[in-house]
Amino acid sequence: MTLSRRAVLAGTGALILAFSLGSARAQTETGKGEGPRKRGLPGSLDDTPRLDAWIRVGPDGAVTVLTGKAELGQGLKTALLQIAAEELKAPLARLSLVTADTGRTADEGYTAASHSVQDSGTAIRHAAAQVRTLLIGEAARRLGVPAEQLRAEDGAVLGPGGARIGYGDLVTDALLTAEAQPASSLTPAAEYAVLGRPVPRIDIPAKVTGGAAYIQDLRPPGLLHARVVRPPSYGAILIEVDAAAVERLPGVVKVVRDGTFLGVVAEGEWTAIQAMRRLATSARWRETASLPDAAALPDALRALPSRDSTILERGAAGGAGTVIEGTFTRPYLAHGSIGPSCAIAEWQDGGVTVWSHSQGVFPLRRALAGLLRLPDDKVRCIHAEGAGCYGQNGADDAAADAALLARAVPGRPVRVQWMREQEHAWEPFGPGMVASVRAAVTPDGRVADWTHEVWSPSHMMRPGPPGALLAAREIAEPFPPAPPVALAQPEGGGDRNAIPLYAFPNARVVHHFLPEMPLRGSSMRSLGGYLNVMAIESTMDDLARAAGLDPVTFRLRHLTDARAGAVVEAAARRFGWDGRSARAGGGFGFAFARYKNLEAYCAVVVEITLDRETGRVAIERVVAAVDTGEVVNPDGVANQIEGGILQAASWTLFERVAFDRTRVTSVDWSAYPILRFSAVPRSVEVHIVAQPDQPFLGVAEAAQGPAGAALANAIRDATGHRLCDLPLTAGRIKAALGA
Amino acid sequence: MTSMILNGERRAVRAAPDTPLLYVLREEFGLNAAKFGCGLGQCGACTVVIDGAAVFSCVTPVMLAENRQVTTLEGLGTAEAPGPLQRAFIDAQAAQCGYCIPGMMMRAHALLTRAPDASDAAIRAELEPHLCRCGTQMRILRAIRRAADAMRPRSTAEAGR
Repeated sequence: MTLSRRAVLAGTGALILAFSLGSARAQTETGKGEGPRKRGLPGSLDDTPRLDAWIRVGPDGAVTVLTGKAELGQGLKTALLQIAAEELKAPLARLSLVTADTGRTADEGYTAASHSVQDSGTAIRHAAAQVRTLLIGEAARRLGVPAEQLRAEDGAVLGPGGARIGYGDLVTDALLTAEAQPASSLTPAAEYAVLGRPVPRIDIPAKVTGGAAYIQDLRPPGLLHARVVRPPSYGAILIEVDAAAVERLPGVVKVVRDGTFLGVVAEGEWTAIQAMRRLATSARWRETASLPDAAALPDALRALPSRDSTILERGAAGGAGTVIEGTFTRPYLAHGSIGPSCAIAEWQDGGVTVWSHSQGVFPLRRALAGLLRLPDDKVRCIHAEGAGCYGQNGADDAAADAALLARAVPGRPVRVQWMREQEHAWEPFGPGMVASVRAAVTPDGRVADWTHEVWSPSHMMRPGPPGALLAAREIAEPFPPAPPVALAQPEGGGDRNAIPLYAFPNARVVHHFLPEMPLRGSSMRSLGGYLNVMAIESTMDDLARAAGLDPVTFRLRHLTDARAGAVVEAAARRFGWDGRSARAGGGFGFAFARYKNLEAYCAVVVEITLDRETGRVAIERVVAAVDTGEVVNPDGVANQIEGGILQAASWTLFERVAFDRTRVTSVDWSAYPILRFSAVPRSVEVHIVAQPDQPFLGVAEAAQGPAGAALANAIRDATGHRLCDLPLTAGRIKAALGA
Repeated sequence: MTSMILNGERRAVRAAPDTPLLYVLREEFGLNAAKFGCGLGQCGACTVVIDGAAVFSCVTPVMLAENRQVTTLEGLGTAEAPGPLQRAFIDAQAAQCGYCIPGMMMRAHALLTRAPDASDAAIRAELEPHLCRCGTQMRILRAIRRAADAMRPRSTAEAGR
């Protein structure tokens, strides 16, 4: 082992040690940003410095903004346009946006890790400000007046004596080919006209009126429909199938088989589905029982070989006090996109264009080029919006399916959509995990000792490597499985948020990275952060109880970060924490985290009532406070936090991928239940703690950890029992109450 | 050959009578709003209204729509001229990815048509067959409440004529 990183966290005196993990590839979750900055430019400008890679102005004054990030339903398009409009001083309606396209936009890696506004928003902000400066400079040259006498407004440069030149008249071919400079003349917050405002999202009108809003809605001329037949289990081999009988069906164009990869192309979608079912009926497979015992998953995970690293070592172990310990487990969780994965591919002239809702069109292109044995420039990947993905769902795999099937019918676009059972069985799940915390609290309410250990498989199995794609493992000459990636601290993977933000004098955190993957897994919102925050915040609650202190007071005592304290206090105040009084059978829970210890701060208070007969939890009220630095769109922030709270409530109360020793068995919504309206909270409030002078912080994954933990703490409060094995189902609560 | 009245217009259907209505709407008529979600009637993304009742179009053979009034989200307005329910969803910014929303809106449309005074509890109960994975439910409930409030004076007035 070699020491690869050594950093002293300012203020806490903590020494963070991370060790290189043998053959695991060092990688960040966005696939970007590893290593020193190249040019010292802000955000993604550092990788792609030319201004016209981000902003283009047409002769008619219409502005095109380009981003390598993708709209995933998080409102990114609107946020980026707000940023561009503000700095360009151009009306929002004159701006259009091009998103992730290997043929047109910058390579910004994956749209992941709550990085998009930081990376792309920062780049666009500075590029737009510098374009404005260039346009003003050009106007100064033409008008023969100093630039200081000119100002930009409403898509034009205005000067003395009523002079006005529109951007379209100022722009020249060469003007915006300049490279960005390190410094930009940014608009002061006090002058904002569109930034920081709750601008309505540009994508919503089409979505609520039946417009063509999704990849599923694209219908290029000559479109064919295809379906794949996935094996019944991991590693199953296709022994035989009656392809000829299916190929004779009316409307079927072709059956494609390559090893175990099997699909059918048809003129119509319903025909393709019927043909898929006929193929599946005649297919014979050889299966292997390779899965662990689902009932003992945590033990199975901890028994796997691990690569261990101590990611925090502070003070001395063994501080005396009342000891609280708990081992927290989560099952595999499904992303559960409501729209199964879909892709369209078309082969022309020995190359292929693929429309995909992948989170990373550039890494997908590399993977597809490898799979198809083509040079990168023969593959173009264009992002088209799908249903919300919440991490890596089947998007990339469906893109590979479409590319392979379309190769059999060159010249015609082929659309593949997965069936529900395929998405539920084959998507790369959020991995099962175990986190164990042992802590001690002194009689005067100080945490004297803290040890946190976390066991987790990889949370980062995205393409890049062709072997990350399902089809690449199924074809007759398969690609080797992609190597498991251990994401490094400070952002972390399974160990995300495992280092407590609290200023404990004695603390130790160990990450047991599990290179083996009992079930297929990859990135799902907040990665390990959800379980680690659950473990930390549950333990904090129990420590406060042991010390006889209010849990909010107890947390504040151990927080030295003023912004953290402000968020905790805001949530408690807005909820009315101090004046709370429990309804019959009710309970209250509080939790806090700063996502990755680097992004948005979020504190959540949950009030529940409990039906002791059934163990059923009703969420009465949720109040959240969030500090996400400078806010681009406050309603967008609220929407993301509300969504994170409800999604985490669903994970916490209901969700678990089920499997026997051979197959994933939770292949529909009845076997994998998620939150329905009857379990939706009665009210959810989100309060933004404004920090207009601070940098943008990622927000989309900030609520999941604190919301899940606050709900668990409310259940502890209502039942008197600490339940540590997720999900906290009614059955488990009832069992605990009966014990 | 089946024919139905789709968003107010009589349309002949070429597809085989046992084809699920969803594929007829999307493929034959090029409509986008009704979505494939599960094909099992478990998620509600495909919901349309037939003769006033919300149905899962993914499990409804097109022959069952014979000579009946089929309404999809496209029948409630356009992005340029949204109907009151659509306006309410835009005003409440009641979507994240939005994939589940058209189905929810159609069930809400059926509810508010037959029960303009639906209570909050009734709206919640009515939406039980529908899944939203982004966690937008609070906004969806707000949008439907808003639509009900906006539509009620008009329907009351019409009833009084």
